[in-house]
Amino acid sequence: MSRYLRFVPLAVLLLFVVVVAWRLVMPEDTKVRSQMTGQPVPTFALAPATNGIPGLSSKDLATGQPRLVNVFASWCVPCIAEAPLLMELKRQGVPIDAVAVRDKPADVAEFLGRHGNPFERIGADDESRVQIALGSSGVPETFIVDGRGVIRYQHMGPIEPGDVPALLGEWEKAR
Amino acid sequence: MRCWLLALALLAAPVLADSDLPSARWANEQLPDPRQEAAAKALMEELRCLVCQGQSIADSDAELAGDMRALVRQRIAAGEKPEAVRAWLTERYGDWVSYRPPVEPLTWPLWIMPLLLLGAGALLLRKRFRRRG
Repeated sequence: MSRYLRFVPLAVLLLFVVVVAWRLVMPEDTKVRSQMTGQPVPTFALAPATNGIPGLSSKDLATGQPRLVNVFASWCVPCIAEAPLLMELKRQGVPIDAVAVRDKPADVAEFLGRHGNPFERIGADDESRVQIALGSSGVPETFIVDGRGVIRYQHMGPIEPGDVPALLGEWEKAR
Repeated sequence: MRCWLLALALLAAPVLADSDLPSARWANEQLPDPRQEAAAKALMEELRCLVCQGQSIADSDAELAGDMRALVRQRIAAGEKPEAVRAWLTERYGDWVSYRPPVEPLTWPLWIMPLLLLGAGALLLRKRFRRRG
């Protein structure tokens, strides 16, 4: 028994190295996912975020066909990165609405002028209330809401080129 | 030139990480009723910030934390019970958002462990004192 006991420190060290190596190779996912997936969109009504584009309410999301809801802000840098991909999704026939978090009408207009406008409606969420009600923990995030107004999918962080097929697939699935 | 670009990038990044809007009314303002404010404060200390994970929303300077503080104060001022507000947030973000883990089969070890460790400590102590005596 005691012959093997001296190997205990070595075993502990090995275990430690294995755990450290594992977490280095596969870092922990620190995203806090919304628990609202599978739930109806909470009731809300947001004023227009900028001139000329209507605001967004929960009623606008239950229109019989699935829609994307992009939670974004003009002050958010990754939102610029995903803007062309939202335009691409729109080009492929996906209807997209948006919640503009803590934003100013002039800034939203400038953002859309510079990066294109893929949105049919944009609601102004000045105190992040709708963002919190959706269970979103940052910008940008993209939700897929089906025709009955039920949240079916949440994409966290900027949409990257590789995410487009998955989003299109989830959108088709929600039809 | 590269040095300049680097300096500019360092300067530019923090500016763009936050919005231009002032914080919500009740983010940093106490409720007029001290009892309600105390209840809101106690709850805010037990809710996790979603941006600076690991800080409570009472401690965090993140804008989303400010908006969550405003939400907590508004709901408490409207007469909601703190536990109802906590439940509303848990519905959205899961148990993760609360610093007070619920008592359920999954968390039983967490709640039982201190008792078990205290018991083990007491046993060890008893053995020691017996041997001496």
